[in-house]
This record gives sequence, structure tokens and C-alpha cells, in this order.
Amino acid sequence: MENQFLVDSEYLSPKALARKHQLENDPSSRKSHMEYLPGMEQIESDIREKVISQMQEYEPENYTAKDVKAALEHDTCSIEDFKALLSPAAAPFLEQMAQKARYETSKHFGNTVYMFTPLYIANYCENYCVYCGFNCYNHIKRMKLSMEQIEKEMKIIADSGMEEILILTGESRSQSDVTYIGEACKLARKYFRMVGLEIYPVNTDEYCYLHECGADYVTVFQETYDADKYETLHLLGHKRVWPYRFDAQERALRGGMRGVAFSALLGLSDYRKDALATALHVYYLQRKYPYAEMSLSCPRLRPIVNNDKINPLDVGEKQLCQIICAYRIFLPFAGITVSSRESASFRNGIVKIAATKVSAGVSTGIGDHESKYTGKETGDEEGDEQFEICDDRSFDKMYKDIAEEGLQPVLNDYLYV
Amino acid sequence: MTDKLVIGGHEFHSRFILGSGKYSLNLIESAVRDAGAEIITLAVRRANTKDQENILDFIPEGVTLLPNTSGARTAEEAVRIARLARELGCGDFVKVEIMRDTKYLLPDNNETIRATEILAKEGFVVMPYMYPDLNAARDLVNAGAATIMPLASPIGSNKGLATKEFIQILIDEIDLPIIVDAGIGRPSQACEAMEMGAAAIMANTALATAGDLPLMASAFRQAIEAGRKAYLSGLGRVLTRGASASDPLTGFLHD
Repeated sequence: MENQFLVDSEYLSPKALARKHQLENDPSSRKSHMEYLPGMEQIESDIREKVISQMQEYEPENYTAKDVKAALEHDTCSIEDFKALLSPAAAPFLEQMAQKARYETSKHFGNTVYMFTPLYIANYCENYCVYCGFNCYNHIKRMKLSMEQIEKEMKIIADSGMEEILILTGESRSQSDVTYIGEACKLARKYFRMVGLEIYPVNTDEYCYLHECGADYVTVFQETYDADKYETLHLLGHKRVWPYRFDAQERALRGGMRGVAFSALLGLSDYRKDALATALHVYYLQRKYPYAEMSLSCPRLRPIVNNDKINPLDVGEKQLCQIICAYRIFLPFAGITVSSRESASFRNGIVKIAATKVSAGVSTGIGDHESKYTGKETGDEEGDEQFEICDDRSFDKMYKDIAEEGLQPVLNDYLYV
Repeated sequence: MTDKLVIGGHEFHSRFILGSGKYSLNLIESAVRDAGAEIITLAVRRANTKDQENILDFIPEGVTLLPNTSGARTAEEAVRIARLARELGCGDFVKVEIMRDTKYLLPDNNETIRATEILAKEGFVVMPYMYPDLNAARDLVNAGAATIMPLASPIGSNKGLATKEFIQILIDEIDLPIIVDAGIGRPSQACEAMEMGAAAIMANTALATAGDLPLMASAFRQAIEAGRKAYLSGLGRVLTRGASASDPLTGFLHD
């Protein structure tokens, strides 16, 4: 079974529709996904080669129960151990993996769980990524918040008690340029202790500028580490350039960011290989930049506006749990974020095992925090969302739920220095 | 006999210090009530919050706050965090923690020495967290440190006195109180460090992750007190270096 990603909008002009179909059906009509576009910085780095060669060698079926048992007995988890833990042979050992993962989590993070909320400030996008609600051929309500609107949203979120914010945009340099994002960061610094960014990848000097504006953490999802598969899913736009995206975290660290976050979007490709590559991306960068903070997300595909059939295929909750436990055992020091794409029951369970960060009070739409937080119909314009969330708990509810699980919710663990 | 711990001219009766990192309000309560803690470490990065459960509001009367500089990667960052702690009303004590490694959280001795020198000149009571190296410890003494806080094993590892021999060297050679910090996972390990002559024990994870927090807190208190008594009784050396022979080896000497 494959996802049926392709949806034609009746609002597209015949010319746009023809171009869309050409991109979808004729691979030769697409630009090379391995060639940098003008203006994209190329850095010298051996990380990509290291990660991809390991991923290509990985044969999950070759690992046995014996390998998994050995991995669970080892004090430190080697790359080979990690590969065993991600393999099908580890499925019957899920409870043992969870026990070990919980032990590692408690050693490094105690019983704390960090909370944050995302703030989408624009949903314009210049890319055609077939699975994403923001893709340029999807007919959705587009919006870009003004600085006044951003500040209003931030005030509402800050008033709820939240101290960490993640600012997101669609990937459009022309609509949401670096200066616009930088100004949003300056505003965020007034209201929040910690400002993270999840925007299109930029060059080192631009990360440096955004850091000076107040941002200190950069999240970039590679979506899939299988470049050939990536090519078939990201048909148009700068996001299509796979290696530029891969090096984004390294550029961010060179630009002075304190920490970086990584992820594959599980369900797009072979999830075991993608999980391996994601963790190795963290592992090798940590060895090169040992002072940097690193974290992982583990999103699965979700339905989007105009395509409610999109799903994570073979990545069920058990598989997701196995991946997260393996991440924790291999990278005990890394933060693990579980987003509101997952159900409340899954998130309640996984924070007791391995997750260290959860979002709450989430909206993936644009400019709708007032209506969502207060229930008040504002009459203000709102932009459509990137994907459907599953866990819609408010900040207060999430805070109480975490505490009731015997964990300690933490709103801030951070100083911008 | 009164046996007091003196740090930067301040006297304490308890030799258990609660570390930061994984705290909850229950932990603070237990550390003070059951473990007898008089000093509680506080991560400034977490105190600087508008959290509804601000940790500063829960520190009992009479407890000395020990703000730490966790999150700092350089001496300059540590100095800035220490100054912020003072502005927040956390007093003059500061535990300098500088890490350039997010995986093992091992302290950077060089940067720690630099920060200690700056902060001591500004009147802080500086308690530097360090990797147990004698040369670095001597430099910290010269920089104005009030104590030396060597790690027993990596933070949170509960692996006990992995650096035992080197901590013993610091105890033997440094005139300041040596407070063993990080890695103490069991009361028996705390007891052993105290028998060796450590002045105090800092722990957090061992308590925070215990099944019965108050019970573990009181176990630590008793272990630390037992180890201290053993050290004061003179047995500490015997226990760690082997008992003396019943027939003296020098019995043949007559003069």
C-alpha cells in the first residue's frame, strides 16, 4: 500500500494544472534534487557521507533475537546495537526496550518533561511536497501575520504560562524572508525564555543573524534520508535540494545556534532506515560539535486539508514506540519531542518511557490562537493548517496531565547567554 | 564535639547538599526534612522563570541557595549567569559548572578556573565543579575557590566513585573542603567518600529516581553521618588502605 498523495484542485488554472501533472508524471521535467541552487551555501563536511553509507549498508532483516538481547545487555549502545534495536527482530522485546529506555531517560532527565508550543506565522510555500498541506498546489487559505498580529498571538500564548515557543513558517523566502522571521524572533524574546525556529533552511550568516535576533534552536526535518525517494515526493522548489537541507543543522551550529533538532517524517519511506539515519545524523554531529544540544522528533504522516487519506502506513504506534525506545537507548543525552500529531494516550505513555518534550495548546493554523485559546469568535482572518493534529490538549490540561503521571512539567530550562 | 562544615566563612551542620537537575517539590521537601540538607542547588536557568510553581518560592527558611551556572559553555557565560543569580536574589554562593559537552556533561577545568577567578574577585563564594585533577584543583585554590567539587563519575550515571583514587589525592593535598559531586548513586558510595575524608556529598539523581524518596533521603543522611564518624574516628585510612598487622613489622628494632 502506498499513500495517494496527488490531489488536483479545481482552483488551479489549466496551465498550473498542466505543470503540476508534468512534474508528477515526468521525472525529467524536475530539476536535479542533488544540485544546489544559486545562493545556497555549500559547506565542507563529511557527516552526510558517514550517515548515508551506514544507512545504505543497513539490512534490518539480518538482525536476530540474539543481537537484540546483546544490545539490551550492553552498557553503552553501539551503532550495531542500535541497528538491532530498530530491526524487526526487536519487536518481541518492546517491553524490555521500554524498561531500558526509561532507565536511561531517568538518568539524564530525571522525571522532567518540557513543554512548548508552536506558532505558525505564515503558510505561504513555494514548494510542491506532495504530502504537505502547505504545498503550493494545495488550495488553502494563505496568510502571513503582520508584526502586530504576531505580537498579539505571542501575548495570548505567553499569558497561558508557556515560556518556550517554536516559530514556524511555510517555506517561502519571498513571502517570509529572513528579516521578517528575524523581527518575529525579536518580538518573541520579549515574551518567551526560549525561541526556536522551524523554517526553510538558510545559510550560515543568516542563522547567525537569526541567532542575534533571539533564536537559539533550529529544527529542520529531513523528511526522508533516502535521496531517491525524497526526489519523488518533493517535486518543485528549493526544498527539493536534498543536500542543502541535510547540512542545515551544521550551518545553524556554525551560525551560533545553541542547539538543533532533527527528524524524518515517518511513513514516507523505509522507516527503519530513516530512523537509523536520523539518529546517526545526531550522533555524528554531536561528535563534531560536542557542546551543541541535540534533539529528535518522531513525527508520522498525518491527513492534510484536501486529503484526509494520508496516513503513516506501516508505522503503527508499536513501531513508533520501538523507534523512540531505540533512539533513547542509543542517544541517552538527546531530547526527544513527541508532537500533537500523536494521540493523548500515546503521549501520556511515551513521556513515561523516553519522550522529554511535548507540545501543548497547539494550532498548526495561522493567527487562530485567540479563537482556540479563548473560544471567542474573533472575526479575524485565519490561515489554514499544515496538518491535522490529534492531541488538542490545552497548556493547562497538559500541565496537569503530566503532573498526574508523577512527572515534573518544566516550562523553562534555559538562559540565552 | 561540634563538627562543622565551613564554606567561605559560612558554617553548616549538614554534609548533604542537594544537587539540581532533576528536582520536584517533593524532592526538596525530602532533602531538607529527611536528608537534613542545608544547601540546595538551583539551576539559574530554571529559576529564571514565571512558572506557576517557581522553585524559589519553595525553598524553606534557613536553607542556603546554591545557584549553579549549568548551561554555560564558557567562563564568560558562567560569569553572566552568576551575576544574574545575584540579581535574582540568590545570594553570593555560586556553583560554577561549565560544560562543553552535552553527552557526558563533563566539566571544562580550564574555563572553570577562569570563571572562578573572575567571580571570586567579585565577592562570590565560588564552589567549582571539576574533573578531579590535582593541578587544576591547585589552580582553583589560587583563583579563590571556597571548595573544590570533583565528580565521582558522570552526572546522573549513579556509577559511584569511579574517580576514587584521584579524589583521594585532592583530599590529601588540598586544604579546602572537598565536596564529592555527581555520580553518587547509593548511600554506600556516599559513605565511602565520607570515610575517605570528603567534606560533603552532593547528590540528586539517586534521590530523585528512588522508589521511596523520603526513605532514600534518610538513608543518605545516615550513610553520610556514618562515613563522617568513621573518618573522624581515624578508621577511614584503615578501611581504605588496609588494616595494620597484629605483630608489628618493626618489632625487631631495639634501641
